[in-house]
Amino acid sequence: MSLHVAAAFTDRDVRVELDLADGETVAVLGPNGSGKSTLLAAIAGIARPDAGRAVLDGTTLFDVAVGTWMAPHARGTALMAQDPLLFPHLDVLDNVGFGPRSAGATRGAARAVARTWLAEVDATDLADRRTAQLSGGQAQRVAVARALAAKPRLLLLDEPMAALDVTVVPAMRQVLRRVLAGRSAIIVTHDVLDALLLADRVVVMEGGRVVEHGPTRQVLARPRSSFGAGIAGLNQARGVAESGAVRTPAGLLVAGLHDSIDVPEGAAAVAVFSPSAVSVHTERPSGSPRNVFAATVRELEPHGSQVRVQTDEISADVTAPVVAELDLAPGAAVFLAVKASEVAIYAT
Amino acid sequence: MSRPSRSSGLPRWVFVPAAVGALFILLPLVALASQVEWSHFVDLITSESSRSALVLSLRTSAISTVLCLLLGVPMALVLARTSFRGQGALRSLVLLPLVLPPVVGGIALLYTFGRKGLLGETIEVLGLQIAFSTTAVVIAQTFVSLPFLVVSLEGALRTAGEQYEVVASTLGARPTTVLRRVTLPLVLPGLAAGAVLSFARALGEFGATITFAGSLEGVTRTLPLEIYLQRESDPDAAVALSLVLVVVAVLVIALVRGPRREAL
Repeated sequence: MSLHVAAAFTDRDVRVELDLADGETVAVLGPNGSGKSTLLAAIAGIARPDAGRAVLDGTTLFDVAVGTWMAPHARGTALMAQDPLLFPHLDVLDNVGFGPRSAGATRGAARAVARTWLAEVDATDLADRRTAQLSGGQAQRVAVARALAAKPRLLLLDEPMAALDVTVVPAMRQVLRRVLAGRSAIIVTHDVLDALLLADRVVVMEGGRVVEHGPTRQVLARPRSSFGAGIAGLNQARGVAESGAVRTPAGLLVAGLHDSIDVPEGAAAVAVFSPSAVSVHTERPSGSPRNVFAATVRELEPHGSQVRVQTDEISADVTAPVVAELDLAPGAAVFLAVKASEVAIYAT
Repeated sequence: MSRPSRSSGLPRWVFVPAAVGALFILLPLVALASQVEWSHFVDLITSESSRSALVLSLRTSAISTVLCLLLGVPMALVLARTSFRGQGALRSLVLLPLVLPPVVGGIALLYTFGRKGLLGETIEVLGLQIAFSTTAVVIAQTFVSLPFLVVSLEGALRTAGEQYEVVASTLGARPTTVLRRVTLPLVLPGLAAGAVLSFARALGEFGATITFAGSLEGVTRTLPLEIYLQRESDPDAAVALSLVLVVVAVLVIALVRGPRREAL
């Protein structure tokens, strides 16, 4: 299931080229308006590029030069967007069974397929619900099951977690991590965690062009584009899993959201969180955050509109007024806090 | 009304013409009801001529509603889901029977399907005679009621949007499957409202029918025509039959407004 696509939209100034190997998941990162969604729309057949061609596993999806245009329903490219768009007149089971039913399956067979896919996304108990009775996270899991039940050759995910409540994002990410393993998929996202956890390769788009691409870790470790640099520098605490947290060799215990843990006790694991999720305090914060670390400021450097506070193991992004208010300077003793819900833990 | 009425911010004087307008609509209906000879009511509306007019009206209105669905649903789909040169003009043209005096519509139909009409000779060759037949009644009713279905369905289609259809197609559904399993189920309330309005318009059709189909008892004399004729000879029967149409109209409004208000 390999894909080659080259598409240009002149009025939107988008010109992209992308290759996908069999069973590979590629994350397309980039700021809003960089043409990420347009690329997916062209592959799915819901937007016509002005130039270019796309070939999925030997089948030409479109070739503008010779006027080939395959109808969306024949492409085998299920598209899942930010909005789950479950059919309001069907219950959950029939929503998921829509793809098989459209492919000619009987109602009973389609429902049987639907049940297996609902089980795959941990949503078996939702089968008989009306779509209006679902929460955002539940609806999006059902939408994943519906897309997969259609047996797509290529799964297209357009910011599938952008509209979700932050508390359900980690669980959703685990579901996607499971179902995307070994599957040909393109996921458009603005969250670097998605790229790190879900994708084999990363493509960074800016202003309608691909500005950077390569294996996920490589791009995030040594970003060359400005967007790549903006999203790089994630805090990664590597160590072993210990009761829902990661214990680093240096002795830090970093807790993650409980839902996100599918790592066996004692296994090698990494806790990942964004510097912007870390708050800086001069006194030990009281209250809810489960992760509070005493640290010494090593360096302050401008980072976009914010200031990146580097400590030995963890960095934090704060605004300039906060730096002034806390009187931060290299050598200052601080407490760093990060909510467990902002931390993703996964096996390495 | 347990809730206290909100202060609407409207100037008080607005309520006066509004109340006059409401009375203007309500009073004639009260006057009509007050004229009904209740003792003979059942006899009046079940007389031979009344019954045949009522049956003819219901039958032709039902057939023209089906025709409106068969022609109007595709028209609404084309208007709502495609764009082509001259679409705006076509949309205005579809509305024409809505604003055209029905008599003019009847004359236009006569010069289309009548003996000396545009298609008249072709139809005659086929051994058919349309003008002044029950078929003409159906054609006249369909002509005037088609816009009701097209307009309400097109509005419903535009409100529903295309996003669900796009999703359905990426899930592998062919265009016909999308239409049958997604588009039409989603606009079902709009479709039902359009069909009910078309039926009501067909039931009340008078001008185009009498011009194009004439007034032959049992063949083309529908209820409105019967009422118009009875008004001279038997005013009591005319009043009784009028009340029947008022009741039908009230039912239609309840059907169209009732479920929709619940949905909102």
